[in-house]
Amino acid sequence: MDHVVPLLVAIPLAGGFLMPVLGRLTKSHRALAVLPIAMACGLTLIAVALLTRPDETVVYWMGGWKFPIGISLVADGLSKLVVLVIAVISLLTLLFSLEYMTHYTRPGLYYGLFLLMVAGMMGVVISGDLFNIFVFLEIASIASYALVAYGTESDELEASLKYLVLSAIASTFILIGIAFVYNVTGHLNWAKIAEVIQAGGGLTMPLYVAAAFFLTGFGLKAAMVPFHAWLPDAHPSAPAPISAMLSGVLIKACGVYVLCRLTFSVLGSHQTFGTVLVVLGTLSMVLGALMAIGQADLKRLLAYSSISQVGYVVAAVGAALVGLALANGSKPIEVASHLAVFGGLFHLMNHAVFKSLLFLCSGSIEQATGTRLMANLSGLGKRMPVTGWALRVGALAISGVPPFGGFWSKLIIILALTQLAALAHWAFYIPAALAVVTAVVTLVYYAKVQRSVLGGEPSDAAEDAREVPATMCLASIVLAVLCLANALVVLPSVRSRLVDPAVRVLSAGVGSTVESATASADREVRTPAAAQVGANEGMTP
Amino acid sequence: MQGMSLIVKNITRLVAGFIAVFAVYDVVYGHVEPGGGFSGGVMLAASVVLVVLAFGGDFARRVLSVEVARWTTSLAVLAFLVVALGGYMVGQFFENFLWRGQVGELASAGTLAITSLAVGIEVGAGLFAAFVALAVFRRGGQASAGPGEMLET
Amino acid sequence: MTLAMVPFMLAFLILVIGLYAIVAKRNLIKVIVGLLMMDYAANLFLVLVGYRTPAEGAPVAPILTGGAAGAGDLAARAVDPLPQALILTSIVIGLSVTALVVALAIRLYEKYGTFDTELMRNLKG
Repeated sequence: MDHVVPLLVAIPLAGGFLMPVLGRLTKSHRALAVLPIAMACGLTLIAVALLTRPDETVVYWMGGWKFPIGISLVADGLSKLVVLVIAVISLLTLLFSLEYMTHYTRPGLYYGLFLLMVAGMMGVVISGDLFNIFVFLEIASIASYALVAYGTESDELEASLKYLVLSAIASTFILIGIAFVYNVTGHLNWAKIAEVIQAGGGLTMPLYVAAAFFLTGFGLKAAMVPFHAWLPDAHPSAPAPISAMLSGVLIKACGVYVLCRLTFSVLGSHQTFGTVLVVLGTLSMVLGALMAIGQADLKRLLAYSSISQVGYVVAAVGAALVGLALANGSKPIEVASHLAVFGGLFHLMNHAVFKSLLFLCSGSIEQATGTRLMANLSGLGKRMPVTGWALRVGALAISGVPPFGGFWSKLIIILALTQLAALAHWAFYIPAALAVVTAVVTLVYYAKVQRSVLGGEPSDAAEDAREVPATMCLASIVLAVLCLANALVVLPSVRSRLVDPAVRVLSAGVGSTVESATASADREVRTPAAAQVGANEGMTP
Repeated sequence: MQGMSLIVKNITRLVAGFIAVFAVYDVVYGHVEPGGGFSGGVMLAASVVLVVLAFGGDFARRVLSVEVARWTTSLAVLAFLVVALGGYMVGQFFENFLWRGQVGELASAGTLAITSLAVGIEVGAGLFAAFVALAVFRRGGQASAGPGEMLET
Repeated sequence: MTLAMVPFMLAFLILVIGLYAIVAKRNLIKVIVGLLMMDYAANLFLVLVGYRTPAEGAPVAPILTGGAAGAGDLAARAVDPLPQALILTSIVIGLSVTALVVALAIRLYEKYGTFDTELMRNLKG
């Protein structure tokens, strides 16, 4: 059972190398899409199978080489959650691209790059070794640079160049951070680094510098303000399924996930990191929403909205860091921090689903009408019923309207921030208030989108728009249903399987990783003895 | 792309073969001596690129085949993956399941030698294909109006 | 600030020069060269991190020449081989990024007829 963990990376890698070969053998777009979709189904099955035993941590030493020379793959609660999100979103996006990519050339190349990107993201999420994360991060990033430029129009090339230069600077900073960490601790294994840092009495100055480099690098990958400048150009210019993948999973798997790992499990909860994350997250929330109001291009508005929503996740995670650092054994503060982590992870899941839904709908609209400017679009609700309803569902979900999942996750984040403000530090009222304001602003601009794009009489561009082919509709419908189904995560039975293990992993902080350091067997499956820590206390909003 | 002068062409005729042989030595002895797949592959690609630069684009189009390079790239890296998956036969992913021999001998280190070979072939063919795609198959420089497409070749 | 810090400072100097080139230069090729310089500066820094002075004698490159018997002697005197393996990977990654950015630059040249980035600012807002 544990042998399937490397397959999460090996299957899409094999696909990524096979697809260009197959692309040279056959030119049919639809025939080429069969293998990637089959692989994505396989990945989803593996992700679900891993989740059937949610509390186990699988430590897999590749090649049988143990610590200290081996490289491990670690699949704990947080990794399993993100793996599931990546697998599901990539399956639905591949389903969408079956028809959408018929307008582009060289489908073999497209599917190969797509699967390489998925392989890179999976590798980032399950890797237990710091440099391995860097390598997989680069695989995913390089594949995404090429995919953003896939249409090779001048806009897309310029956007890809900007994205590439900024992201390469970020990768260089990450490499320097890794050099600092290696210098101080002498190890690259996540868990062993945590152990050495704790044994050495906490963070020293070189580790602060390394943390600053990591924050810059991964903050740019996660598109936090002030490192967001590449996102509003790159995401609209990419083909719609790639925009969905970039906005939905790449900035989370490569950016937010690694930041969570670093600050919670490796470097240890620290007030400084938490404060920085809260400030940057709140800035992203507000700036993303404000910039989104004035956009004329639909996909650019969605890109700014991504910045805003990821700001929510980062602010929640940062607040939890500060809470855990200030707790000093005080139970209510700890519970509020756990709630903040739960809200952040829940919002991560939700945003992956509804942002990819919105980008896929915008792709359908662009394919049917040929334009993305909202001034030229109106009355599509009549012409394209399925896409119209999917767009409505996505917009309602992201604005935080009950009963969709977005409402619950935003509510939990705001509640957690308010509780931390009352218990730990009054300054948390500011992010809480700004979160509420941003939610209202989000509702405003999505209402504008709905009214201008779907309502009214069909404009010239929308006159001869017809509904898009069946597979694209299917992807949109499934994602819309998931928007609604995500609200069920609040229920204890669903929550305890999906999100609670991840919350436990992060809340246990350094303790959870120190356990997985020096394994004696080739692969170990560990059920934490403290599996009931923070289980059901105070999680009910 | 133009070729270069007569002196360059003659020197290239003498030297390119030796560079290629040294590259192959580097790849094959990768598990014993410093070097290995990547550096050997880069030198192999460099020797072919030297030939292309010295003799010009027409020679490259006639004699060297980009299709072969692309196929070799994909197949070599698939061979690498097959070797890694073959580790499952003896227990762990990526485990060394071939004969290991003595440290320092040529016939040793099991799958390391094979992966080094696969990486060397892949990097050599891949870098050659990338260079040729960038330098030889360009479609004459000035600002061309209208949408472009990915390379048709 | 001992003499041993000088190589690290110089590696950072190269990093800053590369960063300056990316930020301040208008020509796309100079931006690409700046990107390369940043990558190599990071690799240099990583290799410098692996330097070790052994208990006696001069440090030695970690090449195993005497078969398995020489391993113990090598472990006592060699510099750290792990960062060298890391930068091999990092150099390959830098190569891939360079190949991609040069391909983009060639495409952009075919579209605009110039390498000046100020003239390529279509996306705004």
